[in-house]
Amino acid sequence: MRAMGQAQKWERYIWPLLTAGVFLVLWHFSVKWTATKVFPSPLDVERGMAELVRKGLLYHYVVDSLRRVGVGFFAAVVLGIPSGLLLGWYPGWAFVVNPVIQMLRPISPIAWIPVSIVWFGVGEVAAIYLIFLASFFPIVVASMNGVRNIPSMYRRAGRNFGLSSAQLIVKVVFPAVLPQVIVGLRIALGIAWLVVVAAEMIAVDSGLGYLVIDSRNSGKRYDLVVAAMILIGLTGLALDTGFRRLEKLRSVRWGFLNDF
Amino acid sequence: MIEAIFTERAVKKGRALKTKLRAEGVNMVFNGDGHKVQVLQHIDLEVGDGEFVCLLGPSGCGKSTMLNIIAGFISPTGGQVWIDDEAVRCPDPRRIFVFQERGVFPWLTVEGNIGFGLFRLSKQERAQRIAHYIQLVGLQGFEKAYPQELSGGMKQRVEVARALAVNPDMLFLDEPFGALDSITRLIMRRELLRIWEAERKTVILVTHDIEESIQLADRVVIMSTRPAKIQQIVEIDIPHPRDISSPRYLELRDGIFEQIGLAHKV
Repeated sequence: MRAMGQAQKWERYIWPLLTAGVFLVLWHFSVKWTATKVFPSPLDVERGMAELVRKGLLYHYVVDSLRRVGVGFFAAVVLGIPSGLLLGWYPGWAFVVNPVIQMLRPISPIAWIPVSIVWFGVGEVAAIYLIFLASFFPIVVASMNGVRNIPSMYRRAGRNFGLSSAQLIVKVVFPAVLPQVIVGLRIALGIAWLVVVAAEMIAVDSGLGYLVIDSRNSGKRYDLVVAAMILIGLTGLALDTGFRRLEKLRSVRWGFLNDF
Repeated sequence: MIEAIFTERAVKKGRALKTKLRAEGVNMVFNGDGHKVQVLQHIDLEVGDGEFVCLLGPSGCGKSTMLNIIAGFISPTGGQVWIDDEAVRCPDPRRIFVFQERGVFPWLTVEGNIGFGLFRLSKQERAQRIAHYIQLVGLQGFEKAYPQELSGGMKQRVEVARALAVNPDMLFLDEPFGALDSITRLIMRRELLRIWEAERKTVILVTHDIEESIQLADRVVIMSTRPAKIQQIVEIDIPHPRDISSPRYLELRDGIFEQIGLAHKV
């Protein structure tokens, strides 16, 4: 394997698989040698996973979690991108609103759980609201900073060709910030996936977060706890990989090249 | 003695062109951190229709500011610029500003960039115009390429083509070839002259490169250091294509070197 440069196609798969294999073997023997009664071995987890599939819970829980993230994230995108673009476009508004945003931003979405339950009750809406909150601020901030960082000559060129303000936003500002917005969306989606697990532990009775907490509480089924953790990791990886494909689109790829 | 040469020639040739642009007493004062910086001081300038004028001056003297005022991107703190007897208040698609090649939109293809200003035309007309200007700047085969796949010189061609495609009367070029390597720069100058001769736009080009100004312009407007005033206007009375080792070329070049206060010995 070369330190730099393109890896061979087979190398891109073989090395990560090998690492995963080594990890599983180490895990297996750690459990064997310490003779722990609580922590499951990879085989226990595999059996737990099969049980989840048999009961139909695996698919059901993954879909529930994804749906919550999907709805909350979508709402954050729909509200966050326009808000961010406007705040970047009108620095006066940003001057007024930004301090509040910057103050709310460091509050962990998990700290909002009690408030969210007071407002929306224990249930689906409270969980979705948390995901919305978690993804909204990164999206707003990425869009706002994106607009602020647009080189002035793009705006000037747009105005020079006789574009109205609305046309300028659609034809120049939006495409110019898109790479930065995509980065913001990716970060937001990552956070949303972290938060859904926490939200499901408290506010609802389905989903992968619920699976973790429920397996522990009802009979200390640590094989299911770890199975749920692995599912959370794999689904998160799939989401991120899917999102990364957006960065490969030809009309945004310029934003991800260093040499431009 | 050099002044004598300049004035004599200028008077002999005269200005037969119709006036396109008139700047009267343009002043520009920027407010920076509480203290005022005067950038332009009482600039009077006339540019004829179809003329190629270079604003020449040292870096940071305010010549770009002047061009931005002419283009309507900033308003002067005093004086007024008139184009076709109309006061300039904002940018106008009849007069296109060409930035260094960094002004091309990286999210659009070559075609998309060149067609950017043509949103009022029908699809068919737009396609025709784009094809025409792609040919004019020699970018056939790169229609679907994105700017990051092009060299600096090609990006500059895209920007010039984008400007020409809306058929403006005037082109403003702000050190357009400054970021290019010296060979590409020479090629681009020749290209610009070829296009200028084909399309006869009025061109105002800002540069700090003395040779560039003499190779391109009908008249070179020499600006002083800040606050910029017009120090001298030099008529370049050499027909195109210009022989850059002819005695007249060297005479004019040396005159400008001296005017700017540079000895031309390195």
